[in-house]
Amino acid sequence: MSEFDQLYRELILDHYKNPRNHGLLDPADARAEGQNPLCGDEIAVSVRLGEGDVIEEVGFDGRGCAISQAATSMLGDLVKGRTAEQVAAMPTQELLDELGIPLTPVRLKCAILGLGVLKLALHKAKGTPLPEEWGTSNRDLVLE
Amino acid sequence: MAVTAHPKLDAKRLRADFPIFDQNINGKPLAYLDSAVTAQKPRQMIEAMSEFYETSYGNVHRGVYALSERATAAFEGARQKIRALINAPDAREVIFTRNATEGLNLVAYAWGLTNLGPGDLVVVTELEHHSNYVPWQYVAKRTGAEFRMIPIGESGELELGALDEIARDGQVKIVANNLVSNALGTINPVGALASWAHEQGAIMVVDAAQAAPHRKVDVQALGCDFVALSAHKMCGPSGVGVVWGRRELLEAMEPFNLGGHMIRKVEFEETTWGDLPHKFEAGTSPIAEAVGFGAAIDYLTEIGFDAIERHEHELAGYALGRLEELPWIELYGPPADRRAGIVAFNVTGVHPHDVAQVLDFDGVAIRAGHHCCQPLMRKLGVAATNRASFYLYTIPEEIDRLVDGLHKVKKSLG
Repeated sequence: MSEFDQLYRELILDHYKNPRNHGLLDPADARAEGQNPLCGDEIAVSVRLGEGDVIEEVGFDGRGCAISQAATSMLGDLVKGRTAEQVAAMPTQELLDELGIPLTPVRLKCAILGLGVLKLALHKAKGTPLPEEWGTSNRDLVLE
Repeated sequence: MAVTAHPKLDAKRLRADFPIFDQNINGKPLAYLDSAVTAQKPRQMIEAMSEFYETSYGNVHRGVYALSERATAAFEGARQKIRALINAPDAREVIFTRNATEGLNLVAYAWGLTNLGPGDLVVVTELEHHSNYVPWQYVAKRTGAEFRMIPIGESGELELGALDEIARDGQVKIVANNLVSNALGTINPVGALASWAHEQGAIMVVDAAQAAPHRKVDVQALGCDFVALSAHKMCGPSGVGVVWGRRELLEAMEPFNLGGHMIRKVEFEETTWGDLPHKFEAGTSPIAEAVGFGAAIDYLTEIGFDAIERHEHELAGYALGRLEELPWIELYGPPADRRAGIVAFNVTGVHPHDVAQVLDFDGVAIRAGHHCCQPLMRKLGVAATNRASFYLYTIPEEIDRLVDGLHKVKKSLG
């Protein structure tokens, strides 16, 4: 398989070209925006929560590369039905396994941007913990 | 003897000086089209640094033994080479820094914090790199001065028509501009801006980081007050740069970094500062790096800045011509004759990260991102752009490989 096919495998391209959970929810129970300071990419995530803070719907919007857009698209399906607490504790690796592509450190940041913003939204709405990798200074980069 | 007005350089021959090209990247020869972010290093510069470490290394200025004297002579020799390169009146006005960013911060802190206050204007441009934007925005906030921005027009060139309106808002104290835009390659009218700045009673600060590798920067001809540049963009090592300033301004300024070497006398009650340039060079300097910087200047001077500039204009014209043929490419910036060897573009519907990634599979290295120019990206209405940039070792075949790669990008992701 060529390097291109490894990274931009069919599933990634499908989510990139036909993103699921696209478009922000209004009203929403939790929402946040964030950006990748390395490339300026922006992602906004909104969430509707049901009983027991279970995620019922996820909507996202943003501009970014195929990896960040596909990863955020896949993330929505992955977290639906889980509680806010469960998602806050969700390891990054779970999303990366779902993506199933080799990522360099720079592209890794593209892949986890949406997850970071989702965890930030839940943190703001429900007080769940922020992940370590979100960093301390990144809080200041949040676009209100 | 006949003198050629515009000598041509032989990029294919010069490439042999750069060991980095003796390898394959992803199984392909390296097409390095990212020289605007940092230039590759010729063997002559690398060897000069190695030789200095092997034969002459010691700390400078403080030792009484022979080795320290030898190191000091090499270090100060590099300062003299830089003085000559930028036509500074006095080598004591040439301050070694870590890079251009540190030089600009030096001016912002040591001049700006003391001389700015409410009612004053700090004027930058929409084309600035964050290094010549954020320090000014910060000292303006700290001092209560107002921060203003000269806008750019459609072709990525400054709209000097806005100057009069800006001047009506207060007392202009600082005008800061890059001589060449790192994001678009625009060559800015710094001389005209400097004249305007001086009419307002302001100082002119020039970020020459992107210009100095490609054209002769003459601080006296520019008529500016401070000029900052980095060695690593001009075939020199990373970790060293200089800021030049007018002597009377530097002498009136407070120091920037405090500590060893920059003092005259230290007492419990008070410390007095050393003379220029030492007042601004606290701590151990990047000694070997300065020597490497000097060797890089020798290398570039031997090739000739006229030849380098001409080569880059030719490459920029060739690249723009080839990219203009592709209807799905959006180009940014001025025409080839008004820009340095930098070409910014987007592939319609494809994010620059993906473009750069696919090109990398073929060994073509370009930059994708905001290029430390977020205000400019906002103006262009994009999150990021692709940028291909050229230097003295760039050959047209590399631009052909870029274009071939872009066709692949279009086919697979567009």
